[in-house]
Parts: sequence; C-alpha cells; structure tokens
Amino acid sequence: MQIAEVERFLVEEARLLDEGRYESWLDLFTADAWYWVPLARDQASPFDTISLMYDDRRLLETRVRRLGNPNIHAQLPASRTSRIVANVTIEESEPAADATVVRSKLMMLESRADKQRMFGGTCRHRLVRADGGIRIAWKRVDLINSEGVLDGLVVPF
Amino acid sequence: MREASVYTEDELSASVEEGRVHRRLYTDPAIFELEMERIFGVAWVYVGHESQIRNPGDYLQTQIGRKPLVLVRHSDGKIHVIHNQCAHRGVKVVNAEQGNAGEFRCCYHGWTYHTDGRIKNVPLQNGYPAGFDPQDPRTAMVAAARVASYRGFVFASLAADGPSLTEFLGHLTTSFDDMVDRAPDGEIEVAGGIFKHAYDGNWKLYLENLCDAAHPLFVHQSSIEAAQKQADDSFSDGSGEIAVRQMRQNGAPYSFWESQVGIWAYPNGHSYLGDYHDDAKLVAALQDPVFRDYIAALEAKQGRERTRQILEVRRWNTNVYPNLSFMSQFQQLRVVHPISVDRTVVYTYNFRLKGAPEQMFRNTISFANIVNGTGSPVLTDDLAVYGRIGAGMSSGGAEWLQIGRGTTTDLPDAHGGRRGINSTSEVYIRNMFDAWLGYMTRPAVA
Repeated sequence: MQIAEVERFLVEEARLLDEGRYESWLDLFTADAWYWVPLARDQASPFDTISLMYDDRRLLETRVRRLGNPNIHAQLPASRTSRIVANVTIEESEPAADATVVRSKLMMLESRADKQRMFGGTCRHRLVRADGGIRIAWKRVDLINSEGVLDGLVVPF
Repeated sequence: MREASVYTEDELSASVEEGRVHRRLYTDPAIFELEMERIFGVAWVYVGHESQIRNPGDYLQTQIGRKPLVLVRHSDGKIHVIHNQCAHRGVKVVNAEQGNAGEFRCCYHGWTYHTDGRIKNVPLQNGYPAGFDPQDPRTAMVAAARVASYRGFVFASLAADGPSLTEFLGHLTTSFDDMVDRAPDGEIEVAGGIFKHAYDGNWKLYLENLCDAAHPLFVHQSSIEAAQKQADDSFSDGSGEIAVRQMRQNGAPYSFWESQVGIWAYPNGHSYLGDYHDDAKLVAALQDPVFRDYIAALEAKQGRERTRQILEVRRWNTNVYPNLSFMSQFQQLRVVHPISVDRTVVYTYNFRLKGAPEQMFRNTISFANIVNGTGSPVLTDDLAVYGRIGAGMSSGGAEWLQIGRGTTTDLPDAHGGRRGINSTSEVYIRNMFDAWLGYMTRPAVA
C-alpha cells in the first residue's frame, strides 16, 4: 500500500465520522476487527486494564447501532465534529499480505449542546486489502487526556 | 464550630417531607456548601484501599468532599490520612498522584514532613515567636481526626467524635465481606486503571441512580435495543459478549424487577440492591469453564460448604452514604467527588480476586468498560440524564420532587433496616434523605 492511497483512505474515514455515517464507517472494518481507545498511556493490553472504548467486532456493531437509535439521550442533540488527520506515516509494511500499520495524528473538535470540546491524539490503523478495497483490521486511538477527568464519550474517534 | 447558615435548621427540616423533597436540595449552592461542612466534614468517607498503599511510604492523593488529602502508610505500617497542605505557607505538598516517599517535602521553602504528617524539619528555624512549636500537631500536615479500615477499605472522618466505622457501616459490613470473601485467597487488590467521569449534576443523583431499578428501561433504551438486535454470530473475543449480555439484562421487564429483585435500606443512608443477577445470569451460566475453574479454586481454599455460602450472597450495588458504591460480583467500586452543586466527578475502580483464574479479572475489565466506562454505551446515557435533571429543575416548575414510591408497602428488615416490597421502591432514596437530614440538623460538635 502506498502512502497516498492510505492517506486518501484515512481522510475518507474521518469524513464518514464527521458526517455521522456510522454504518458506512463500520463497513470499513473487517469481520474480526477491533476498535480501541485505551485509558492508560502506552497501555499494552485491553484485557488487563480498562479502556475508554474497547470493542470487538460484536460490540462495535452494537455501538454503531445505538448511535442510530432515536432515544440515545447522550446524543440529543447530536454532536457535530470536525477532524483533521495529519502526519501520516507508515509504521510497518507487509507487502506479501498487502497490509500496513499506519500512524496518524488526530485533532477533533466536538460541538454539542452549546459546549465545545477538543480532542487530540495518535491513531494507529492496521489496514488490509479485502473485498476489492482497503479495510481496517484494527484501530487504536491514544488520546492525550485519556487518563484525565472526562465527560461522557459517545462519538467514536 | 458551625458557620452561620442562610438556612435555619427548621428550614432544612422542612425541606424533607414524607415521600418528597424540596428541589432546592439539588440546586442551591448554599445547601451544597452546608453539605460539604455537615456531611462530608463529619461522616466516615471512603478514601482508598489498603492494597493501594501496600508498603511503608506508599501514598496516594485522596479527597474528602472537595478537600485534597493524602492516604499514606507510615514507616511503622500504620495508615494515616493527612491534609495535603504545608503548615508554613499553605502549599499543596504532595503533587504526584501516588508514589513512595520517606518524607514529604514542600516545594516552596523546603519544610519537610514525616509520612504521618508531623513536621520533620523546618529550614532557617530562627527568629520565630515563642508560640511557634514545630511539634504542635496543628502545625503539621494535619491529620484527619479519625481513620479506620474495614477489611482493607479505608475510611476517614474529619470529626473527632461520632460512631465507630463498624457502627457507621452497620449491617452493610456484610457487603464488604461479600466483596472480599469471593477471593479464593481471601484478599483483593485494586488493579486495572481508574475511570474518571464527570457530569453536570448534583452529587446525590449518582448514588440515587445506582440502586434505581426503574430507570434502565427508559434511560438505557438505546443500548438495550441495540443489544437486542445484535447478531450473536458476529466475532467476539469474549469482551463484547459480556457487554451485550449486560445491555440486554438492562432491558428486563418491570415484572422481573418486581418479582426477582429487592432493595434493602439501613441506618446512616446505606442500601443495597440484591438478588438481582444471580451468578447463573451474570457469568454465562455456571457451566462457563472460567467460572467452574473459579469455583474449584474457591472450594480448594475455602471448602465446599463455605464456597456455597459465599456465592449465595447475591448483591448488586451496595451504596455507603455519602460517597461510595461497590459491587461484588464484578468487583467494581465507585467513589463520588462533589465539585459544585451542579458538577460531580466519579472515580471507578476494579479489584482483582487473589487466587482466582486470570480470566475472571479479564471479565471484570470487560464489565467495567460497559458499566462504568467513560465511553460506555450504557453509562453515557446516565450522565446525559443527570444533566437533564439539572436543566429541568432550573425551570422553576414543581417545587417538590417525588420519592414516595413504596412508602405504603415497605417492610421492616431483620437487621434493623427496611426493605421495599420489591426493587422498584424508592425506599433507598428516602433512607438517604433521612441520613441527610440527620447530618444537616444534628447539633454541631465543637
């Protein structure tokens, strides 16, 4: 995978999230994917330490389905977000498998109910080629304030 | 000494009636200030667990109400809770969240303290007036008036007089026993990280919600419906399976809450929700291989009969008024930190059962993420509703809030408390306000 193609993919992913097209976002993930927002800095495992979000494929499907539920109080009104994905680098390349681990920086503004929050951190995606396109085998988002006091987190990063 | 209050004791007493409380108890900053002084300044307040300060010199920052204190194990092994303030010019001495130290040193002018709070050394100790005594316990990192532990859970009180910790806990000591006895080795330890979540609402709402069996169908409708529609053949590494099961459980109909679940309330504002989630429902049935291994480990250490007794205690959330809630079956503990009348922070902790299979702790982590997680599809709807409560009360509509459900059907309890005829009784809220009224109008201790 070339970096230009990877960058286009990450920008498109961010756009789906900003536009609230969560089901299309879910379609980007493989059937055994996981999505992870760790609590601890440099957290080694989602299994022995709690996480702000840790979803195997099954829970990710439930999370996305809930985001579309009309009675989701935490999204009434819905958040609007604006993300910038930048500083994209290829961390690991597996040409034989046409897979890559890509690192990027995320800046996200969230506006909801007259309150604005800013999030920043580092994303890592493992991207694979499947079904004629790029798919996410796993995604990890390390927020710089993950261990601090936070109001509820609802919109995926 | 009590400070002059804008409320007379008669006015405070008149704010709590049978089955209803005045809205101002959740909205008035003056009430909040009184609560910090008369409740958090007096009651036994949970400050930490002994496993967090295992060795001499181990310390961590803690709080009583809004006040920063330090929980520390002194060189002689004894546990102290000391105000985090230098006696010289008022600097917050301990800055790290936790650590190990032989002494505490102020960053400003280098005054040092023993780990029990006594002054160790004052630089430039000359020219002070005769009244200055560095051995005076009031010229120190002043110690909380009383500190006591029950089975590893450490509490402190800023009041010199009052009931002992075990008198204060009363029958609810049995909930702590349940928490610890489930460990095959008879010991538990804090592990796995701390969620710190915040909401725009009064501190009292949090404990009120944790024993509220009538809210899940409405508050958690979005996650219940999402989980009910979830295909069980989608890939799970086990964590999502626990999460989806818990979300579905929240969707149990009223008939379940009114037939299988109970609520018990005891003096000093404490309560628990029980007989909910027997272990068969909670851990994917007793044929679950992890739970079978766990029972085997428990039986090996405690014997078959004792194991049966331990596991037949089926309590869900136990609330210890004013700042603690815990849950033995998935080893969860939450501590409420009031910030202002309409802002609250909650820290949540996990415990590892020593001697249990490692997978048990992995299940604890999965459960924590879905029930207490800042990004949980469940908790985030609770946090949103707390905010809506404050917004609604600012409307200036109904002055009195109704907490009377179950008043005519509540029953006495054999251990000196009372219980709802089923779990949807609001007896636990009335019970907390009984304690509230006692603290708020009790004659001041000089």
